[in-house]
Amino acid sequence: MKRFIGFIEKEFYHILRDRRSLFILFGMPIVQVLLFGFAITNEINNVDIAILDHSKDATTKVIIDKIAASEYFSIKQFIDYEAAIEPAFKKGQIKAVLNFEKDFSNKLISEKKATIQILTDATDPNTANTISNYMASILQNYQEELNKGIALSYQIVPKTRLAYNPELKSVFMFVPGVMTVILMLVSAMMTSISITREKELGTMEILLVSPLKPLQVIIGKVVPYILLAVINAIIIILLSIFVFRMPVQGSLFLLGAESLLFIINALSLGILISTISASQQTAMMASLMGLMLPVILLSGFIFPISSMPIPLQIISNIIPAKWFIIILKGIMLKGVGLAYIWKETLVLLGMTLLFIGISTKKYKIRLE
Amino acid sequence: MGIKVINISKTYDKIKALENISFEVKPGELFGLIGPDGAGKTTLFRILTTLLIADTGEATVAGYDVVQEYKSIRNHVGYMPGRFSLYQDLTVEENLNFFATIFGTTIEENYDLIKDIYVQIEPFKNRRAGKLSGGMKQKLALSCALIHKPKVLFLDEPTTGVDPVSRKEFWEMLKRLQKKNITILVSTPYMDEAELCDRIALITDGKILEIDTPEAIKSSFPKKIYRVKSSGTFQLIQDLGAYDKTHSAYPFGEYIHFTSTSTDFKAKDLVDFLKEKNHSNIEVMETDPTIEDTFMELSK
Repeated sequence: MKRFIGFIEKEFYHILRDRRSLFILFGMPIVQVLLFGFAITNEINNVDIAILDHSKDATTKVIIDKIAASEYFSIKQFIDYEAAIEPAFKKGQIKAVLNFEKDFSNKLISEKKATIQILTDATDPNTANTISNYMASILQNYQEELNKGIALSYQIVPKTRLAYNPELKSVFMFVPGVMTVILMLVSAMMTSISITREKELGTMEILLVSPLKPLQVIIGKVVPYILLAVINAIIIILLSIFVFRMPVQGSLFLLGAESLLFIINALSLGILISTISASQQTAMMASLMGLMLPVILLSGFIFPISSMPIPLQIISNIIPAKWFIIILKGIMLKGVGLAYIWKETLVLLGMTLLFIGISTKKYKIRLE
Repeated sequence: MGIKVINISKTYDKIKALENISFEVKPGELFGLIGPDGAGKTTLFRILTTLLIADTGEATVAGYDVVQEYKSIRNHVGYMPGRFSLYQDLTVEENLNFFATIFGTTIEENYDLIKDIYVQIEPFKNRRAGKLSGGMKQKLALSCALIHKPKVLFLDEPTTGVDPVSRKEFWEMLKRLQKKNITILVSTPYMDEAELCDRIALITDGKILEIDTPEAIKSSFPKKIYRVKSSGTFQLIQDLGAYDKTHSAYPFGEYIHFTSTSTDFKAKDLVDFLKEKNHSNIEVMETDPTIEDTFMELSK
């Protein structure tokens, strides 16, 4: 046991002495969560727009005020004629133009119908789409207000209920994904690199010719990274609770236990990678290409699995991250208990045992 | 309790690294494996330190079989690989402490064994191992290999890349360790170091050419050796190559070591021949054979 503790102590020296890796290890989760939370979102906030009001009557004024009052848009300029729209877009200052037709109020009263044109800058199609949707929903609200108590106007209003993320906050969707990516990166890549480093530097040769058992070496390598990964998971959850006000609906204990399971799963993958790669670079490339890309692309983190072609949907099943993201979303957003996610948990557990089995079998007590 | 090697062979793909190697190292002996790079020395070390398994043959180290009882061997040997294999980001003291711990001992417990070596690097004990000079790295590596008081010490080319002064010191340390009843197997490509061993095995291309004491190996040289020198060394080698009585001619520092095919060869014959070839400042003198001469002769 004393030998084992001595080994872990040595591992911590390695980790703490390598300032750059340490910085990445703890800087990365914070930066990634903040990035995904603030910058890379599908939401819009204070988008600059322009108004071209041909009517300038009471109704248009109310609508403009409503739009200006929303947090999504801020009115940057008023345009007087159609020809000025294009230059305004080209300057790139505005993302959308709201064009009211002539005699807006009158038409609305007499013909029960008036038209507003929403022009958006679709160089960024996602944003453009979101802008027009938001704009349309503000107009819809106003329309409902107008129609209140008027029995004569029949209007079909589509009502969507946005479950789980009623504010459509994309950060809520990203947190489970980012957490998965970070845990995978810290656990799998870092362990595989630290084990292959011993091979590359030749120190593995000395460790083998010592009374340390291979299992002790492996577990000694892994323990520090379990600790680091757990700290990272805690940082991410704290950030999402306190910075993004994201509620964790389910049990924190369950969340912790499932995270630990995933961490061990990723660590065993890391050990597996280290048994097949001879150098740190191979290990890093194998972790990046073999683990990170599938985790980002095929786990449902960024692209929904349901909209993938069938072959990719099938492949996504063998990616542990997919199951962990389902579990995380379940616990964090829906607040479900183990009763609802036992299947996914079982899959993760099975994969973990499989990886550990293969890597102990592949681990060599000699050099070749 | 030393080392016993019987008919060991090892092949990588199609390259024969070791062919039918057999030798014995007596307990407390300082035994040298002398041979050029690629002779198979490292492969042999790895087989004896249980890192590789030989294709055929068997071997015991300190009485334990290298395949069956590898765990016991790993408890009782010290191994210093050819490449510096300590943790560069750990300090001198941390490295030593780490190896003491994994062998289940402490620095204090075996301090007397490493004292002579460790006192030389102790002033730098808080320095990272990666920042040490070549000679100090070797001393640290030796300290780490010795810290658990091994019965057998394996040193794979311990002095390669080390300055001459440190090399000399290193060999003096080995002599002192030997007195403490540690069996030492050391490999080196330097022939001058071979003289410091009790017995040596000359090895090349995976085969052992000769095993004996350095003295016996030198005196076994079958011919008279002349050292030859003239004004133009390059031309001298060329001309000696063309000389009909030449058996061998190898450059040795500023001299050429020359042996002749004829038994009644006289130095004067060669001087005359060289004069004929327009050499000046000709020097031909009989000299004692070195281990390198024997090695070159045997590997011919």
